[in-house]
Amino acid sequence: MRFAHRHLLGIEHLSQSDITEILDLAETYVDMNRQSTKHSDVLSGLTQINMFFENSTRTQASFELAGKRLGADVMNMAMQASSIKKGETLIDTAMTLNAMHPDLLVVRHPHSGAVDLLAQKVNCAVLNAGDGKHEHPTQALLDALTIRRAKGRLHRLNIAICGDVAHSRVARSNLILLGKMENRIRLIGPPTLVPNQFAEFGAEIYGDMNEGLKDVDVVMMLRLQKERMDGGFIPSEREYYHRYGLDAAKLAQAKPDAIVMHPGPMNRGVEIDGTLADDINRSVIQEQVEMGVAVRMAAMDLLARNLREAA
Amino acid sequence: MSTVLFTNARLIDPEAGTTSTGWLQVADGRIVARGEGNAPGSDGQIIDCNGKCLAPGIIDIGVKVCEPGERHKESYKSAGLAAAAGGVTTIVTRPDTSPAIDTPETLEFITRRAQADTPVNMLPMAALTKGREGREMTEIGFLQDAGAVAFTDCDHVITNTKVLSRALTYAKSCGALVIAHPQEPGLSAGAAATSGKFAALRGLPAVPPMAERMGLDRDIALLEMTGAAYHADQITTARALPALERAKRNGLDITAGTSIHHLTLNELDVADYRTFFKVKPPLRSEDDRQAVIEAVRTGLIDIISSMHTPQDEESKRLPFEEAASGAVALETLLPAALRLYHADQLDLPTLFKALALKPAKRLGLDSGRLSNGTPADLVLFDPDVPFVLDRFALKSKSQNTPFDGQRMQGKVLATYVAGQAVFRRP
Repeated sequence: MRFAHRHLLGIEHLSQSDITEILDLAETYVDMNRQSTKHSDVLSGLTQINMFFENSTRTQASFELAGKRLGADVMNMAMQASSIKKGETLIDTAMTLNAMHPDLLVVRHPHSGAVDLLAQKVNCAVLNAGDGKHEHPTQALLDALTIRRAKGRLHRLNIAICGDVAHSRVARSNLILLGKMENRIRLIGPPTLVPNQFAEFGAEIYGDMNEGLKDVDVVMMLRLQKERMDGGFIPSEREYYHRYGLDAAKLAQAKPDAIVMHPGPMNRGVEIDGTLADDINRSVIQEQVEMGVAVRMAAMDLLARNLREAA
Repeated sequence: MSTVLFTNARLIDPEAGTTSTGWLQVADGRIVARGEGNAPGSDGQIIDCNGKCLAPGIIDIGVKVCEPGERHKESYKSAGLAAAAGGVTTIVTRPDTSPAIDTPETLEFITRRAQADTPVNMLPMAALTKGREGREMTEIGFLQDAGAVAFTDCDHVITNTKVLSRALTYAKSCGALVIAHPQEPGLSAGAAATSGKFAALRGLPAVPPMAERMGLDRDIALLEMTGAAYHADQITTARALPALERAKRNGLDITAGTSIHHLTLNELDVADYRTFFKVKPPLRSEDDRQAVIEAVRTGLIDIISSMHTPQDEESKRLPFEEAASGAVALETLLPAALRLYHADQLDLPTLFKALALKPAKRLGLDSGRLSNGTPADLVLFDPDVPFVLDRFALKSKSQNTPFDGQRMQGKVLATYVAGQAVFRRP
């Protein structure tokens, strides 16, 4: 079985072997990225447009770098400041861009399902860089690669995902991916941010962080989505930090070799202790950023192969 | 005297709860005689029904015609044609236009528009509060004189309880029917789906089904206080049913409706963010759907409506959260309802009780039945003929139907208003 997808819209559509194929290819790009000459021509001649309807620094930079290292012509469009303000609909924007014949379209949008909608209307390969509260597939893939490299495997691990699960596309994609790879997943957070419905995805839900972290291999922290809060989910940041912020004492419940992850950007002192985040023995946060570029290179490489075959 | 004799018909009588093969005689727009077996002779027009079903025409409470304001989405002409093609002989129109139908003048305007362009009966509803803003009640008395058959702010919930209780008290004194959308707006604000696994997976803002029960509970308390005549536009969840049952048992003047979409679709039909499936309230779980079907069967839920809500392509071709709610349904109401008949869940008399008889009773009309002396508003249909729905073949100006491309069974052959054919399938 080889990777047979036109778009990368979500982890939901991927099989175990698809995931493994992306990660295996990403490993080769990790090696390439560590050399002094980091360039390949697999995307040369192709045009990649990054369309971000929502602010992003790291994801956009990561996709841009990934495209450039593979030789694509990369263009960034900050859609917040552009035509959307002039009343153009998403579909019209997509049709306009489509007429410029891009090959790879990287899209982030504040509404769930918007990237799926766009993918139906264009001829190129679409990569979802995060849609609303739905999915963020490349983040889950880079997290998976980080875990696989740190733990030597990506199955039968105890993984805790902590914090604002309800508003997090990162949590959804990770939940699906890590579930597909047959890991045991725990969700930790207050019930306002970790609703019971998530138990139906096969995860165990913990309201007590000390209990939830017991003997886990991986601690995945989520950003408290302050900008998404219409209010009333938690009483205060300091109470949240007290009960659900990751610090050394709570981490002591986990296995001694448990790793700490965070998709960034971090709210230090809200969901994670600053010193812990910087502890190179426990935190793999910098490694996650590095894997991000490699995984995005692999995903675009695979989609481009399919594009070229179809042409 | 013009007479029409329908012969060899399978008569669906919701009043008696029976189906029988027989004939039906119409004179001067009214039913004058009917019987089983072979028809007597007639020198007027004779229509051989070939054993197909003849039932009272559908009375559809809650049809949105987009005049005034958005005539490009639906006009009285297009809505009338769609209704006739769907076997709907009376449309009871919603006041959620722009501007809202909240004065006798706007009400008279749409009544004139309907008279000029609509082949089926049209009965207008008016807003309960000015501009549907929930602050001041409309001129209920004047509006009644102008022909308003019920008062509703449609999907706007009147949050100020004092305003609603006064409006109910005043409406009661006029003998006016109030139709409300039971929902707790604090919980439903911004929702695009029903809380549950599906909404969580799709990352959509969701409303817990309990919000409907809470809205209904509040309204029932106000009914106990005011004694007003009240109809809940759409009951769509299992949890609201015991409250409704209790209110009826306690003798309150309350009835309830549901929409054809909540009877025939569930939340999973939204699949990959298909916005034609976005309705208000959002589609529910399969358990809720089954409970609502059962409530229609027992008569706890009285009325099935199309909740016909035309939306143009631009309003629907958007990310799910941003897309407009609503679906057109005048033409698909009967074929969709027949799914429940083919699934052996509701028989034909029960269906027409909810589609014709009970809406007529609730509005004090003498139509909706096959008795002598009542208006000859009739639908002739073949419940068995299969087809695949093509939304572009619909007569509505807007084609936002969730049934596009779906297999349906049952077609309207002809529709009669006061004995005159307003639609014949070519």
